[in-house]
Amino acid sequence: MSDQAVDYHPMWDELGLDLPTHDALLEAVGQLFGDAYLTQENRPTGMDYLNFVMSEVHGLRIKELDDFRKSGGKVFGTFCLYVPEEIIRAAGAWSVGLCAGAEFAYDEVEQIMPRNTCALIKSFMGFKLAKVCPYIESSDLVIGETTCDGKKKAYELLGEIHDTWVMELPQMKRPEDIAMWKAEVRELVKKAEEITGNTITEDSLRAAIKEVNDKRRALQRIAAASAADPAPISGKDRLLATQVAFYDDVPRFTQMMNTLADELEARVAAGEGVAPRGAKRVLVTGTPMALPNWKIHDIIEKAGAVVVGEEMCTGSRYYQDLVPEDGSTLDEMIDAVAEKYLDINCACFTPNKGRIDDVIRMAKDLGADGVIDLSLQFCGLYEMESHGVEEAVRAAGLPVLKITTDYSMEDVGQLSTRVEAFLEML
Amino acid sequence: MRVLGLDIGSRSIDAVWLDGDRIVDWAVADSGHDPGSASAAFVERKAHDVIIATGYGRHVAKERFGCAAVTEITAYGLGSAALFPEAASVLDIGGQDTKVISLGQAGRVVDFEMNDKCAAGTGKFLEVMARALGFSLEDMAEKAREARAGIAISSMCTVFAESEVTGLVHRGEDRARIARGLHEAIAKRTLGSLKRVNARGPLVFAGGVAKNPAMVDLISSGFVGEVLVPDEAQIVGAYGAALSAARE
Ligand code: SF4
Ligand code: SF4
Repeated sequence: MSDQAVDYHPMWDELGLDLPTHDALLEAVGQLFGDAYLTQENRPTGMDYLNFVMSEVHGLRIKELDDFRKSGGKVFGTFCLYVPEEIIRAAGAWSVGLCAGAEFAYDEVEQIMPRNTCALIKSFMGFKLAKVCPYIESSDLVIGETTCDGKKKAYELLGEIHDTWVMELPQMKRPEDIAMWKAEVRELVKKAEEITGNTITEDSLRAAIKEVNDKRRALQRIAAASAADPAPISGKDRLLATQVAFYDDVPRFTQMMNTLADELEARVAAGEGVAPRGAKRVLVTGTPMALPNWKIHDIIEKAGAVVVGEEMCTGSRYYQDLVPEDGSTLDEMIDAVAEKYLDINCACFTPNKGRIDDVIRMAKDLGADGVIDLSLQFCGLYEMESHGVEEAVRAAGLPVLKITTDYSMEDVGQLSTRVEAFLEML
Repeated sequence: MRVLGLDIGSRSIDAVWLDGDRIVDWAVADSGHDPGSASAAFVERKAHDVIIATGYGRHVAKERFGCAAVTEITAYGLGSAALFPEAASVLDIGGQDTKVISLGQAGRVVDFEMNDKCAAGTGKFLEVMARALGFSLEDMAEKAREARAGIAISSMCTVFAESEVTGLVHRGEDRARIARGLHEAIAKRTLGSLKRVNARGPLVFAGGVAKNPAMVDLISSGFVGEVLVPDEAQIVGAYGAALSAARE
């Protein structure tokens, strides 16, 4: 989707991508991005960086990964928030989040998976089978996790065609589960050391913790600025920032996001915003929205409201907690990393009351007028949890709209009407 | 203030002219293939100060007439509450979708549900089934009302239900009982949605399908509270849209 001053086709070819199909994907993503993003008004100038990143999403960034790997570096692909980036970086490797936000090659996927699998899983499998994702093809190892049943089984299938390593995630957060998870993170330490040939040291882990915390701190600043009315940034733009956080170069991204946050804070001070003061404010919660899935944000914001927060993995769950930086021994630091990650409130845990508390707290802090709870169709976990979210939000005095959808555009008309009606009732 | 409320649906375009909150006129036309000129005809028909559009075609109207728009949900809520101040919920079965709305004070929407993505149980569904049974819409409703026991229909997908119905007809089953079975299936599904939004009585049953006596009977006997059917069930949306002008 770039204007392609450089021809990346030879690089993509070398990575084993299917060139014609990949060209078609890039074009589709470019169009989606143009429609959803470049039509927005009053965007912060700091978003230019993310526009650029998107225009080079399969170009310059892949080139960086390629150069890194050619100089001996290793790249680890991950799908879920629970895989600790700090450990990967401490081993001198890079971590990239693998996108799974578009409908692609479902016909091939459905030959090996049931049709009623969630869009996220079908999408990542489709990208792999159709050979269109340069990130997965640049991954020396994909690290999965035993979160939901669908992913667990999907990693078995993926493992047949790509080097895959699966971390065992507990389903509860009792002391014995935490102990088990700490052991599991230590297995990752070993695995990362084995693949990179580097040793994780106190210094390297301390530096990685600091670096990744800094990235989260920058995103926290953006989130905090979003509490202002008028909102200084659109929900779509903030969502994009979180999505890009999963694969961009860490120090550079942090610096650019701090620049964006400076601008947003100045906007807040000047009372400037992307939507008029008093525009309806919505908090979105639920299943993650992997790149390039902007569907719900686009519908909400085109209907005239502004999304002020995302309680999701592509949102607050990613940046709200930091790893304590005061660990002195390697063991203490590994434990601190493990504990922080187990604090994430994903629906794959039982009970998961913490998520509901987060939703209510965020709705209050961000001044939301209503909550939209999103589930990907066939995601049993979030669909089931939806009822509890609904009850709690209503009890807190806010209206809630539950949406179950996937990545297709078939239901956009229907969803727009539902969202508009919801906004009218706020 | 003179307001024109336009409800541009998939099957019909309904117009209501208000002066203050008094209805001075109303009209209904087929959407046909050119809903744009059908609505333009209404716009030219009578003087007005404001237009508010609702329905499926509201965004098109917004561009064409530079007017405001509200969703059908808000419009049906306001229209129903104005016709029946005691109304606590609304059911609208239109040409291509079904909505259930739970109301609070003064027609304010508290919760709602719309059928997703397909025509199951809507006016369109009934048309297709009438054709499969070889009845006119009116005859089908009449037969369904008279039949004693319905034959259970297992699928609510328009396509599958149509072949199911054709199969039953070929097997020589009583067409009136099939018609009743179809109506029962829609009623059951609709009552389920009403439960999900916690709808209480009195319930206003509006939209084109509210003119179907068999559906009204079945919904009335299955719903916990009173069911009210407006005399002109089709224009509730246009009326509500016009009324929303006063809320701006
Ligand atoms: S929703 Fe749960 S399983 Fe999915 S990415 Fe987030 S933490 Fe992982
Ligand atoms: S959305 Fe739900 S079903 Fe899909 S991968 Fe995530 S947890 Fe699993």
